[in-house]
Amino acid sequence: MMIDWAHFTPWSSLAGGLLIGVATAMFLLFNGRIAGISGILGGLLRPKTGDIGWRVVFVLGLLGAPLVYGLAAPLPSVHIDADMTTLVVAGLLVGVGTRYGSGCTSGHGVCGLSRLSPRSMVATASFMLAGFVTVFIVRHLIG
Amino acid sequence: MQVLMVLLTGLVFGLGLIMSGMTDPSKVIGFLDLAGKWDPSLAFVMGGAILIGIFAFRFAATRPQAILGGPMRLPTARHIDGRLVLGGLAFGAGWGLAGYCPGPALASLAAGGSKPLIFAIAMLAGMAIFEIQDRFSQLPAKKAA
Repeated sequence: MMIDWAHFTPWSSLAGGLLIGVATAMFLLFNGRIAGISGILGGLLRPKTGDIGWRVVFVLGLLGAPLVYGLAAPLPSVHIDADMTTLVVAGLLVGVGTRYGSGCTSGHGVCGLSRLSPRSMVATASFMLAGFVTVFIVRHLIG
Repeated sequence: MQVLMVLLTGLVFGLGLIMSGMTDPSKVIGFLDLAGKWDPSLAFVMGGAILIGIFAFRFAATRPQAILGGPMRLPTARHIDGRLVLGGLAFGAGWGLAGYCPGPALASLAAGGSKPLIFAIAMLAGMAIFEIQDRFSQLPAKKAA
């Protein structure tokens, strides 16, 4: 295995991870909820009385993050290789998959692993495995 | 107060995603590319978040209620089934294809560009397909019950 030292950013990634952890802790302790993004978003498509507002507000906070970040520092540069067709297929897979699997990187990955939930460990192992295999196929078998 | 806290939480979560590098699909794919030049940064994101998460969930277990009132809504599902694994596999495949998972996709929208927008619309469509299919498949079960 070769490490990509040029792109390795342990400190900013750790700091960002700690912030994600702080947000998860805030949501849990103050609001008694799990900060699982796919669940929060998906719940908007299954509207129940009294269960909409907090979801919308959370998503608004998430949407506003780049604007607030941009006030303090330039946004990190991003690079998106995927073309439009790939983005659509990927988006559909992520949408369907996270709802069938009841969670994504935040709900299963961060919250579930923090709770030492066997169910979330299996889910996390599943999406990590599929992520590794997909990138291997796209980058090294096809590409 | 509750509303303000939820807004702040979403904001801090998003700032963390941006700072961590999760909103850069090439960085995510660099982490998933074990056979190429591997960028281990995202392991530090996960590690940092779980480090705080472990203490938060331990502390939460000792509290009967959330600080701002209301119950602690911890997940109750324990079962491990095909749905969990297949859903995870489908999600992982999409994640590997584009380099976006749900949170970073949302936290990328306001930064502009049509690509995160296309992804987010497709993701919502995928979630809607699940809702329709799920409701449809529950109909006979409800009748039987």
